[in-house]
Amino acid sequence: MTPRVRLPHPGGLTLFLMLDQSFYKGVIIIFSTIGEVFPVLLKGIEITIVVLVLSAIFGYLFAFIAGLCRLSNNLILRKFTGFYVEVFRGTSLIVQLFWLYYAIPMLFGFDLGSNLLAGVLAIALNYGAYMSEIVRGSILSVAKGQTEAATALNMSRFQRMRFVIFPQAVRMMLPEFGNYLIQMLKATSLVSLIGMTDILYHGNILRSSDLSAAPTVYFLVLVFYFIIALPLIFLTRKMEDISKKGVAS
Amino acid sequence: MNNWNWDIFFDAFPIVIQGLGITIGLTFACYIFALVFGFVWTFLRRIPYKPINWIVTWVMEFIRSTPPLVQLFFIFYALPMVPVVGVALDPFTSAVLGLGVHFSTYIGEVYRSGIEGVEKGQWEASKALNFSTTKKWTKIILPQAIPPTIPMLGNYLIIMFKEVPLASTIGVVGILQMANDYGAQHWRYLEPLTIVAILFLVLSYPSAILVSKLEKKMNRRFDKKAPTGSKPLKEEGKGAVM
Amino acid sequence: MSEQTLQNEDKTDQSKSKQEPIVKYEDVHKSFGDVQVLKGINLDIMPGEKVAVIGPSGSGKTTIIRMLMTLEQPTSGHIIVDGQYLWHMEQDGKLVPANEKHLREVRGDIGMVFQHFNLFPHMTILENCMTAPIHVQKEDKESAKKRSIEMLEKVGLGDKLDNYPSQLSGGQKQRVAMARALVMRPKVMLFDEVTSALDPELVGEVLEVIRDIAKEGEMAMVLVTHEMEFAIDIADRVLFLDEGVIAEEGPPSQVIENPTNERLQTFLHRFRS
Repeated sequence: MTPRVRLPHPGGLTLFLMLDQSFYKGVIIIFSTIGEVFPVLLKGIEITIVVLVLSAIFGYLFAFIAGLCRLSNNLILRKFTGFYVEVFRGTSLIVQLFWLYYAIPMLFGFDLGSNLLAGVLAIALNYGAYMSEIVRGSILSVAKGQTEAATALNMSRFQRMRFVIFPQAVRMMLPEFGNYLIQMLKATSLVSLIGMTDILYHGNILRSSDLSAAPTVYFLVLVFYFIIALPLIFLTRKMEDISKKGVAS
Repeated sequence: MNNWNWDIFFDAFPIVIQGLGITIGLTFACYIFALVFGFVWTFLRRIPYKPINWIVTWVMEFIRSTPPLVQLFFIFYALPMVPVVGVALDPFTSAVLGLGVHFSTYIGEVYRSGIEGVEKGQWEASKALNFSTTKKWTKIILPQAIPPTIPMLGNYLIIMFKEVPLASTIGVVGILQMANDYGAQHWRYLEPLTIVAILFLVLSYPSAILVSKLEKKMNRRFDKKAPTGSKPLKEEGKGAVM
Repeated sequence: MSEQTLQNEDKTDQSKSKQEPIVKYEDVHKSFGDVQVLKGINLDIMPGEKVAVIGPSGSGKTTIIRMLMTLEQPTSGHIIVDGQYLWHMEQDGKLVPANEKHLREVRGDIGMVFQHFNLFPHMTILENCMTAPIHVQKEDKESAKKRSIEMLEKVGLGDKLDNYPSQLSGGQKQRVAMARALVMRPKVMLFDEVTSALDPELVGEVLEVIRDIAKEGEMAMVLVTHEMEFAIDIADRVLFLDEGVIAEEGPPSQVIENPTNERLQTFLHRFRS
């Protein structure tokens, strides 16, 4: 089945050309504002990237800690991390963010100090919980024969994990970790809601000062995020390829 | 824990829970939109014409990799300002459109992986039996492609349920907005936000268990892993079989 | 452990080897859930002895050697390796279940080759062989590398050192697996149906290597196998395992070529035809 491309009808074309003045005005506004909007949004990039990088570092860290704890022999440790994972997977990131931002100071009488800490902590704890499942699943899915071969070479529990299981499990985790990096990038936009001056925050300010600029502003905000996402997308594709190699089947 | 106040908790609970209907209603509205619109992406991705395939893939990638929050703002604030096509939508409809389109790109990939999971022999058999294109899809391919995707589709329902509170930012009064309003009035956020968290947990955790049971059952039945739809998109090398 | 002490140990072992078995099974039972797989195994393996274990599938052949490698724990009974209990240790004069440390101490003398090779896919062939000597036996890197290369050359894979397992044929993989186990210098080597997962045309090259290893002599070998001709060729002793017990044992000329046990006759008949 080939798509039928419908060429514009001559009549339609005339209609198109005869659109009233406001259309052209609108188009002109959209393009003329790009020049004003762009440099303002640029100011937010730094915060977005800082939040992303910190969230990713702590997110992966929490994922490994929680993932390994859930495989531990210690029942209390296992139950406790299980509770953490289910709570953070079972509720919304935006709720967690507000909760950490508003509730922590009230509950424990101390301020997290800054919205940066609350934002990074929320994103890292949330995605750390999701990714811990990947860590756990990957370790469990390394073929049983690998552990047996390592035992036959008289490796200790720790050595088996370090030399045999873990390197293979990490290869399996890579593509999902890449996917979650993109999810975390998207999640960073939430920190604008607790007053951090990221890309979206600057966009919102621009929109509230000039409502007619909204299309330009939000389209450009989307483009900004997409440009940051692009290398992450290619990275994820690359990780897919890497993970296909070097894993026992 | 000295600041926790049960009086406020019980005072806020009946108020916050009033938003539950909207939250759940919005979840299902977005979900149904995404389920239907997902088919559109699947269809577009199968057009055996490289430039179109390329464009569709990258449009999907654009929607998938940019924040749904910004997409909501775009639809709610920017769409009315777009010349000619611009329409002003109420918050609820904006949310259905914004979140629905965002997640349709994931749902579309779930469908696609389901279709790709149908064995090559089935396509050949339907050709050998001289089925019409419509009959081939409705009688052979889809009945085999859809069931394995059901657990993952269930997962996306839960995922979307947890994304729906984003709509509070454009004024949809679900449980999160109810809690925020209560917080603003009484200057107490701790208890109402905790109520919201509990409500999410109580609703999504049992659903997640249900889905994972379904998934195990399906994996056993179909002897393979259910598709996830979260893998990175790749342009088709050559035109897909139609 | 230094080279010196290793050699000393070898000498003392050889002097007592005249009388003492290197491995001893004492009334070993094993059940998986309700299923009793082994119902009382008594077995002595002398240093340097080559023992072939044959029997129908499900008879528990593999379980016998897996327990020796500490991959399965016996339900009851004792396995003694070089005079030491494997699954038990002495504590305050009493026998208590072994801990990880004790298991590692005792199983250091044992090596194993698996049916499905179980090579480490993320390491090169050379790394597969080097890792354990370096990290488990604390050998220095250079000498471990040198010995690994020698061993790989011996099994005919000296030109594949930097290849990954996925680039090798099944027969080559199994030869790497043997080199990997041999580099550890075990006193007892276990072979778990090492040719059953191979394409028929690749079986020969693997058997050839085992034959070479067997000729060298000092190492005891236990081979779980379906290759009867091969068993006749290299084994000093053949065990026929049936329904969880050793139903017949003796030199291959007796067990395989002139069987008296009726079930053994039917079992062998199936192989001959």
